[in-house]
Amino acid sequence: MAEMFLARYVYLMVIVLLAIGLWGMLGKRNLLKKLIGMNIFQTAIFLFFIEGATKLGGSVPVISPELGMEAARYVNPLPHVLILTGIVVSISLTGVALAFLIVIYRKYKTLDDRAIMLKMKEETSE
Amino acid sequence: MKWVNALIMLLFIALMLYATSGLPGHADPQAPANVHVSPTYIEDSVEDTHTPNIVTAVLADYRGYDTLGETVVIFTAGLACVLILMRRKAGDKGTLSEHHRSGHM
Amino acid sequence: MIKERYQSIIVQVICSLLIPFIQLFALYVIFHGHYGPGGGFQGGVLLAVSIILQRLYLGTEVSYRKFPPKLAPALGAIGMLVFGLAGVIPMLFGGAFLDYGNLPIPWVHGAELRALGILIVEIGIGMAVFGTLVLIFDSLIGEGW
Repeated sequence: MAEMFLARYVYLMVIVLLAIGLWGMLGKRNLLKKLIGMNIFQTAIFLFFIEGATKLGGSVPVISPELGMEAARYVNPLPHVLILTGIVVSISLTGVALAFLIVIYRKYKTLDDRAIMLKMKEETSE
Repeated sequence: MKWVNALIMLLFIALMLYATSGLPGHADPQAPANVHVSPTYIEDSVEDTHTPNIVTAVLADYRGYDTLGETVVIFTAGLACVLILMRRKAGDKGTLSEHHRSGHM
Repeated sequence: MIKERYQSIIVQVICSLLIPFIQLFALYVIFHGHYGPGGGFQGGVLLAVSIILQRLYLGTEVSYRKFPPKLAPALGAIGMLVFGLAGVIPMLFGGAFLDYGNLPIPWVHGAELRALGILIVEIGIGMAVFGTLVLIFDSLIGEGW
């Protein structure tokens, strides 16, 4: 049991990062901290994909004449492509989320989720 | 509320640890993800596209449609950012939030 | 928010020296994407970072004259247009969508033409990412828009 987890230690680190991100999204009350938690969660997923791409004895996925054309000599390029696009989407997602946070702060003068809920209830009851 | 959060976290970590046991080991060359599609890309990319960097070849040529969608997504996100934060110019001088508070909308 | 120039001579000199090299490295990353790590996304982000650094140390008042904020969405749209045309033009010459082998460039053939198509697409991606990130930054600091 312990040996199995030690052989997969990278997954354990990914799980730690995922848990930190999930706790940031669930337990923190500030919306900005929730956003940071979401970013940590995304980074953990990126790390998970990159870990899945590695091969023992594999080089970077740039074909070089010394290494030849064998598939076993290079790491899997497909997760790298997916994560390259995923990182850019994560950046634009962060930008849109920050824009929403600015609008929320302009309207409610706070980023605390419970205070925002209270103010929203007051507005609807008026 | 705290208890619910802690319970969700515990369940999540337990589920992840359980899922770890089914994953391939660290840097396994025979992992299913490494033997199914990717050898074709590695062996054919130079012949097909004269591009030694396989990541670029896959990104722009084999999966160009995917990348087109990706670029549309980020461009739309930039435009959405501007539209969310843009202050009103014509008519009223106030921001969107002040407009809301005065009860016109 | 950051209208004024940053009041430190060290920061000003270092930033003004750094920015041309960041832009040169960004162009290298875009055009060397075929033979090494790099490509349109990374080079576009580097170009955007150089403009954002300029905004931070010069202040928006001067920096908006060097790189107007209205230029950013235009660059992004031109990048998207380059990518879209690289997809549509092969269709007019009998290929599939995004099939660079049918681009109408007469003196290049086969795999070389595909490499050229990849370069065109990477330039389009670079411009789109450059414009979009500067656009997001400009709208977040909330001046000019």
